[in-house]
Amino acid sequence: MTTQRRTLAGWGRTAPTVAEVLSTPDVEVIARAVATAGERGVIARGLGRSYGDPAQNAGGLVVDMTALDRIHSIDPGSGLVDVDAGVSLDALMRAALPHGLWVPVLPGTRQVTIGGAIANDIHGKNHHSAGSFGDHVVSMDLLTADGQVRTLTPESKLFWATVAGIGLTGIITRATIRMKKTETAYFVVDADRTADLDETLALFTDGSDLAYDYSMAVPDLMSSDGRLGRATFSRGSLAKRDQLPAKLRGEPLKFDAPRLATLPDVFPNGLANKLTFGLVNELWQHTVPSGGTRGAIQNLTRFYHPLDMLGEWNRAYGRKGFLQYQFSVPFGREDEFKVICRRIARSGHYSFLNVVKRMGAASQAPLSWPSPGWMLSVDFPIKDGLGRFCDELDEAVLGVGGRLYTAKDSRTSAETFAAMYPRLAEWREIRRSVDPEGVFVSDMSRRLRL
Amino acid sequence: MIDAVGSPQSLLLLGGTSEIGLAVAERYARQRPLRVTLAGRPSDRLDAAAARLRNAGATVTTVPFDARQPDTHTEVIEKAFADGDIDVTVVAFGVLGDQEEAWTNVDVARELAEINYVAALTIGVPLAERLRKQGHGSIVALSSAAGERARRSNFVYGSTKAGFDAFYTGLTYALKPHGVTVTVVRPGFVRTKMTEGLKPAPLSQTADQVAEIVVNAVRNRREQVWAPAAFRGVMSVLRHVPRPIFRKLPF
Repeated sequence: MTTQRRTLAGWGRTAPTVAEVLSTPDVEVIARAVATAGERGVIARGLGRSYGDPAQNAGGLVVDMTALDRIHSIDPGSGLVDVDAGVSLDALMRAALPHGLWVPVLPGTRQVTIGGAIANDIHGKNHHSAGSFGDHVVSMDLLTADGQVRTLTPESKLFWATVAGIGLTGIITRATIRMKKTETAYFVVDADRTADLDETLALFTDGSDLAYDYSMAVPDLMSSDGRLGRATFSRGSLAKRDQLPAKLRGEPLKFDAPRLATLPDVFPNGLANKLTFGLVNELWQHTVPSGGTRGAIQNLTRFYHPLDMLGEWNRAYGRKGFLQYQFSVPFGREDEFKVICRRIARSGHYSFLNVVKRMGAASQAPLSWPSPGWMLSVDFPIKDGLGRFCDELDEAVLGVGGRLYTAKDSRTSAETFAAMYPRLAEWREIRRSVDPEGVFVSDMSRRLRL
Repeated sequence: MIDAVGSPQSLLLLGGTSEIGLAVAERYARQRPLRVTLAGRPSDRLDAAAARLRNAGATVTTVPFDARQPDTHTEVIEKAFADGDIDVTVVAFGVLGDQEEAWTNVDVARELAEINYVAALTIGVPLAERLRKQGHGSIVALSSAAGERARRSNFVYGSTKAGFDAFYTGLTYALKPHGVTVTVVRPGFVRTKMTEGLKPAPLSQTADQVAEIVVNAVRNRREQVWAPAAFRGVMSVLRHVPRPIFRKLPF
């Protein structure tokens, strides 16, 4: 078994640590590595899109799952695909689209692996209509601490402890996913613009949201005046073939994602500031005309993944990196939600890459993040005082029964995390039953004492 | 683990009564739950230091550590790491001594060298080894502007700090590939118990001011900082002042 010593960090590039990395397409080699793991343990890593530290393991072993990337079968009839855990959602989408199959849950980037999608129980713009990723997993193979591979189905507790289990129950090696059938690779999209935060929340709750499978809004959280919380809405559903204009109907399942550029690693710290963000924020809010638009046909990149046009866009934040603060608060706590938004706008920490969404029903996985209510995500560049400000936000979020998301968190405390996830004890018990020695560890599990 | 905004969960202070070291620990402890290990000679002062940090919200344990007993240093490090990973280690022990005695009395000179330099190595080597295995962490090495260029008024102390500085600067290179950041801090005159009775030099500062610089440096993974920052410019001038002039300067 040959490993390579590598410095690993999350997408936010904030807390790099060093581990030995094993990269192999051979599950038996991985199983041997797990069975003979040293005292600093093992964790799986996919494409490294989690912002914080769940896919790194200081001083220990990290298994690079991207080498395990075979698509075993695609069944257009049943809609089931059987894939290795290291397959990316991008690769799966490209392979399945010609068969009229759509990845049922897509997050803000397709550069995540199947294993990572399950282990974080990711969600997308369609959470209110489709739930989270774990809801679409029919079965999965899990390599546990004893070196055995078990096939799990949703009837087992271990299945649901592995969904959103951030890799700490074992290594997901393979999974069967139920895909969504589609006639086209395009969306029918309505865009809207709101003038303030009240209007934004109202547009989510006036019933109009139910008409769309996919829905989200980009709010302005930099204006501290009445324009705070104004937003551009982008809502739509997958198009039927006959909704497409004639020129697209010939190849309705065609997908091309242009990559305009990959950012070089030359950006100074502090380029992401009030001035540049203010400008981008203002431009963004004007991408939608004031009356909105109706029924536009848009491809996935335009509707869903505009950032995928820029490779390695996290480099724009400079070497100090950035963090994403993503939280949810339950329905009924709108007043407190608005207070939090105002605090962000006045904090002196600037974010233009914001998303607000109305979330749907919760998963049955104990550590799954999405739950009915409001979610907001903001990206803050690292600077003085950010830690303290985020601690204050934690307190406000926890105070209204809200919580943070493991795929994004890079800084909360073990105490706060435990208070946010009341089912943590139940999850720990299941984990202990399959990994009593704690073979699976990550920097996140050390930080949050999971 | 040190999180995305530079907050550690555990801290080891080598020189458990160091005022700068305690000010650093206190700053962290006031923000977040912090586990602190104070390594120092058992004394009322060490107990008082522990009480001060408990007051700030930290969980504190102490480990006996005598810089003059190098044979025990590996064991000190083993004990300090017994409760788990250490995120930030502050190397803060040292003595200033009496300069006029130090360059005329061999015992005094030797004690300065053993505490400030030899012990920094005999504790630094096993510390580096532990952190290398850990794959993460930060060492804050409190050096001194006095090590930068020998001065008539404190060159014995300065010579020990020059050795200290070279060792920990070298460690920044050696440990970086292992995920460990070493920050060499070069304070100027700091008003502490160590400098009690001395006339404060220009740009003198408090332990807490140095602590603020240290906390920022750890967060930004800086490998070298001056305290105050302006000292960097001052020293780069002084470094090039011709010797005939330098020896006549009033410090």
